[in-house]
Amino acid sequence: MNKRILEEKIFKILMYVSILIVLGSLFIIISLVVANGATSLSIEMITQTPTGGYYLGKSGGILNAIIGSLFLALPATGLAFIISLGIAIYLQRDFTNPSISSFIRLSLDILWGIPSIIYGVFCLSIMMFLGLGASLLAGIIALTLLEIPIITRSMDESIKMVPNGLKETAYSLGSTKFETAYKVVRKQAMPGILAGVLLGLGRGIGDAASILFTAGFTDNIPTSVFDSTAALPTMIFHLFSSPIPGVRQKAYAAALILLVIVLCISIISRFLLRKSSKFILK
Amino acid sequence: MLIKNGSFDKKWLMDKRKIRDLICTKLMLIITIIVSILFFLIFLILLSKSSLILGSESITDLLFSSNWNPSNGNFGYFPVIVGTIIVTGLSLIIAIPISLLSAIFIAEYAPRKIRKILRPFLDVLAGVPSVVFGLCAFLFLVPLVRDFIAPFFGIESTGLCLFTASITLAVMVFPIIISLCVEAFSSIPLELKEASLSVGATKWETVKKVIFRATAPSIISAILLGFGRAFGETIAVNMVVGGIPKVPSSLFAPTETLPSLIASKYGELMSIPKSESALMFGALVLFIVVLIFNLLGLILLRNAKKRWKL
Repeated sequence: MNKRILEEKIFKILMYVSILIVLGSLFIIISLVVANGATSLSIEMITQTPTGGYYLGKSGGILNAIIGSLFLALPATGLAFIISLGIAIYLQRDFTNPSISSFIRLSLDILWGIPSIIYGVFCLSIMMFLGLGASLLAGIIALTLLEIPIITRSMDESIKMVPNGLKETAYSLGSTKFETAYKVVRKQAMPGILAGVLLGLGRGIGDAASILFTAGFTDNIPTSVFDSTAALPTMIFHLFSSPIPGVRQKAYAAALILLVIVLCISIISRFLLRKSSKFILK
Repeated sequence: MLIKNGSFDKKWLMDKRKIRDLICTKLMLIITIIVSILFFLIFLILLSKSSLILGSESITDLLFSSNWNPSNGNFGYFPVIVGTIIVTGLSLIIAIPISLLSAIFIAEYAPRKIRKILRPFLDVLAGVPSVVFGLCAFLFLVPLVRDFIAPFFGIESTGLCLFTASITLAVMVFPIIISLCVEAFSSIPLELKEASLSVGATKWETVKKVIFRATAPSIISAILLGFGRAFGETIAVNMVVGGIPKVPSSLFAPTETLPSLIASKYGELMSIPKSESALMFGALVLFIVVLIFNLLGLILLRNAKKRWKL
């Protein structure tokens, strides 16, 4: 009897230890980035592009990376949103046989698991084939492909929640399948759909491997889709590779900016999800 | 006349709506087909790009030769593949017990309030960009390993090594394994737990003998999916692994992983067709391994979900 209770106690302590390790690692990450980033963060950093000797420790900022990240992630998320909405609607029972849609869901889940560097290599291969090199466009396409499975699957989950009665009402009034899906189901599932989009945006804005080759790297703010561009993750990667400590310090500031953006997106998405589950008809 | 006109208008309107319905439905069908065969397309492109190196060298040479020397045209992937497997394996050995115990705590032991607080923290951990993970590992783990852990075992190390990379990866797969396991643990029927508790089993005995057994397929699938994620992780590993394509001699020796190798060498080797093709072969290997693990994990997960009728 004692042995059993002892075992229970030991494992309970182990559980506390492991949850502390998990939370502790998050705490360490955030405090490291904030502590190191805040000291080297300045107004100059977010309002100026790098000057000639920026990577040697001269003045300048990382405005090009911040703008570049927005130019990459926002159009990519927009494109992925349109494509994902189409797929998520099409996956519903009204359009597709459940056995086929389960296969499509499996292939989307597989796409979700593919490492982002593969998307980068794939897109660059296609771009080279078309005669374009590293460019904003290539980066956008890579991020779009990366985000599609994420956005589609979470949209799919929230569209599935829409009660059948609502659809049947729309059908009985004579609306077509597309009208029902687009005007009734989409509106009902909107907060969940937006939460999915924000999830994709958060993933897209933080991903470095897929845009490492596809978007290239430059000190200028891109003026057309065929220019190469810097982005926050790749900027951090470049600054980090510098052997000069002062420059490396700037990588922490860039990481702080990136982390704040990603955390904001995540908080808004959680808020939307809570709102969406509140108004779902049961 | 007027009525006729009216009915004509109505018919035309009806047709317009039907045409729109048809066009949109077909458009959605096309998008869906393209996206669902995308993984096959990626496979084909990678295969065609690596056909150059596959034509000139045998596949066993590429996979099992340890001679990695791109400037001489030697592309032996053996050390890199071994490095990847060791780094990923070690990270899972660290991550599995911690994730499982955390998941059990969240699903079974934690009071409702604490559970509600814990979930957002896990989501935040899952959302931290990999480049930030790499940066923090470099700031925190590298000096720790260099100054304390490696000397403790009597080994000189720069801190940029297999061990550091594994811990970084373990932290990155925590949220994936934990959230999948929590979902599995909370989906099994209450009666199963109640039956076990009512015959006098302790809570941990119930967990060990009922919950773990009932959710074994889900746990395995969570581990497989975590493996897929860890195997393909690029930037964070690249920043702390050392980047030397050698079979590591100790836990604290630098090594190289497949995705990290592609990330650091692609820019420099892409101008030479043969080297580019060799790297594409590396990407193909990475793709196939991740695909197999994910497929196994997903199929197991589906069967497990059917079992408890989710």
